[in-house]
Amino acid sequence: MPAMNIIQALNSAMDVLLERDPDVVVFGEDAGYFGGVFKATDKLQEKYGLDRVFDTPINEAAIAGMSVGMAAKGLKPIAEIQFSDYIFPAIDQIVSEMSRIRYRSAGQFTSGCVVRSPWGGGIRGGQTHSMSPEAFFTHVPGLQVVVPSNPYDAKGLLISALESGDPVIFFEPKRIYNGPFDGVPDTPLKSWAKHAKGEVPEGHYTVELGKAEVVREGEACTVIAYGTLVHVAQAAAEASGIDAEIIDLKTLVPYDVETIAKSVNKTGRVVVAQEAPRTSGFAAELAAQIQEECFYALEAPIFRLTGWDIPYPHAHEWAYFPTRDRFARAMKTVTEA
Amino acid sequence: MSNGQTRFHVPTPPYRPGDEPDFAHLDLQKAGEALRPDPAASWQETQDLATGLVGVLDHNHQAVGAWNPELSPEVLREGLSHMVLTRIYDERMLKLQRQGKMSFYMKSTGEEAVAVAAAMALKPTDMVFPSYRQQGILFARGRNIVDMMCHCISNSRDNLKGRQLPVHYTWAEGNFFTISGNLGTQFPQAAGYAMACAYKGEDQIAASWIGDGTTAEGDFHAGLTLASTYRAPVIFNVVNNQWAISSNQNIARGDAPTFAAKGLGYGLASIRADGNDFLAVYAATQWAAERARQGKGATLLELFTYRADAHSTSDDPTKYRPKTEFDRWPLGDPIERLKQHLIGKGEWDETRHAKLEEQMTALVVKSYKEAESHGTLHEGPLSPTESIFEDVYAKPDWRLRRQRQDLGV
Ligand SMILES: Cc1ncc(C[n+]2csc(CCOP(=O)(O)OP(=O)(O)O)c2C)c(N)n1
Repeated sequence: MPAMNIIQALNSAMDVLLERDPDVVVFGEDAGYFGGVFKATDKLQEKYGLDRVFDTPINEAAIAGMSVGMAAKGLKPIAEIQFSDYIFPAIDQIVSEMSRIRYRSAGQFTSGCVVRSPWGGGIRGGQTHSMSPEAFFTHVPGLQVVVPSNPYDAKGLLISALESGDPVIFFEPKRIYNGPFDGVPDTPLKSWAKHAKGEVPEGHYTVELGKAEVVREGEACTVIAYGTLVHVAQAAAEASGIDAEIIDLKTLVPYDVETIAKSVNKTGRVVVAQEAPRTSGFAAELAAQIQEECFYALEAPIFRLTGWDIPYPHAHEWAYFPTRDRFARAMKTVTEA
Repeated sequence: MSNGQTRFHVPTPPYRPGDEPDFAHLDLQKAGEALRPDPAASWQETQDLATGLVGVLDHNHQAVGAWNPELSPEVLREGLSHMVLTRIYDERMLKLQRQGKMSFYMKSTGEEAVAVAAAMALKPTDMVFPSYRQQGILFARGRNIVDMMCHCISNSRDNLKGRQLPVHYTWAEGNFFTISGNLGTQFPQAAGYAMACAYKGEDQIAASWIGDGTTAEGDFHAGLTLASTYRAPVIFNVVNNQWAISSNQNIARGDAPTFAAKGLGYGLASIRADGNDFLAVYAATQWAAERARQGKGATLLELFTYRADAHSTSDDPTKYRPKTEFDRWPLGDPIERLKQHLIGKGEWDETRHAKLEEQMTALVVKSYKEAESHGTLHEGPLSPTESIFEDVYAKPDWRLRRQRQDLGV
């Protein structure tokens, strides 16, 4: 199996989907000839032609709106929003339209498509290249929300997402496009080549939506994370020696309540983590659900490790980001409580 | 400090309640005067059409000029019949709303030609993305009236299972897209749909309708940009009925100089047509459809008309415009104009018209009885309560399964 980074894995997923189904089309700002600002769609236009992989005007509402229209005609659009920070101009089309077409038409029309978008911080991106806006979308019935944490899952989840037939907001943690990140700001980049999930099959395969994965078994506490923070959590467990059980959520909606409950019922202690600001973030949903589901198993208050309730800062990025050290402190707090 | 020159300008309608409306200032191009370029013409050749007014029926109800679509009397009578039915249906539904049979209603009085003539000029296989005020399309396409009513009263036979407000029709079988409450979203969607038709190399095209007020939404710009960039086979209709609830069309700058003229800025063929002239709407739609099918791209049509009645059952227009405005409206009433045209041709008369109205009224009354036999919003039966959890996704996930259990249904 070839080693791929996340960009290559996403490219491979789109390659597989385009190859298998003439109804699949890929588009976004700079996504065509240039292959995308992160190169996720590199060479796809050359391979499949101008009408299957193409550039769009800089208008996110147009990108989302045309996806809805194309899906109504039976195409399977994969749309790219250049940064998740710029998904907001599309929010009316996504929230009011894409998410509700099946429901409001009682199944007469559907809007299956994937909206891919580079997401998250840790890259000195400042306020508008670092956001994690997942909670805006997890709150919307009719959408599925996915955040992969490695090349293998990125490809398998992207294929599953498009094949699900329902709209999927697919956020890509750009900090780990080229290699996992341990949450220590000045660590040199490690490549995916040495990572088990950096091995990616060439052809078609899927990773099931709605299924989380225990990426580290442990007894001391449960850590629930997604995207970049999955790796930071693992690094924190190694560095602190705390025997944490770490769950990579992968799909935020619908999230895998069973895997979470099983782990929390075993450990009784929980850290839920997100890069996004704290208030009304997705971690709040997880914390509330765990409280309902596992109340009698809990031995400590659920700890929310999150960004602060501030816009994402530039110079003080590492004061904002849930680093390895903050993770270790959070795990220590819940295990000692 | 003031430079004495700048002044904050807020447009106001030409007339307010109590004023005597007089539309002489509109200076509308006369029927028959507009030139008709080939549908494959460049967008530049439509510049005069965008600021003029395509009209076919003149003051004497004669069909004149290059845009006359030369329709047979049978087609004209069919058009008239759909428009009469639309108006009678609207009247009846308004009454039923007042009687508390449904929560809400929106009439299309005065705008029947905009929907009916366009639908008749399109193929039934063309996909339409309407706003909430083109119910005439449904009649022209032969939708079952009982089904329409069942939707409006949200009963057990509502094909939308009671999920949508009345008049938000969906009819996939009739290529009628699901109507949204969010204004303007259908423009980029129609562009995307049309792009997909072109991608598949099919003959099908798309058409969409928004109101004058809605042109101010960003999605108007998004839709026109997409259609122009990708030369999408789509027809964009701006139904300029002069009013967006209480706001005059000049709040969206339809007087600068016309809504149609905005299309020129996108490099789109653009035409303003008399929206109360069945033949003009038919001819302009036919032109735009032919252009789209020839691969020449999209057209922006402004249909110049007047919203003769209240915005909705929640609105009272006497609070913001003169009661007499529609009486003074220079383009008259689309039904009356087509009727007089047919009478002038010796193809219609008052007796036949009265009989048509009688038949349509009877049809609507009978249809409502049947619709009501499937339930009403207040008395039921409605669609099964558990159906509220269906169609959110292809398959309900654990959250929806649990929530359904929590509700005990
Ligand atoms: C995005 C959005 N904003 C506001 C509204 C509330 N609203 C409903 S209809 C309407 C007026 C629309 O006027 P126009 O586009 O001229 O169409 P008309 O009603 O005259 O047919 C408004 C403001 C809405 N439905 N959607």
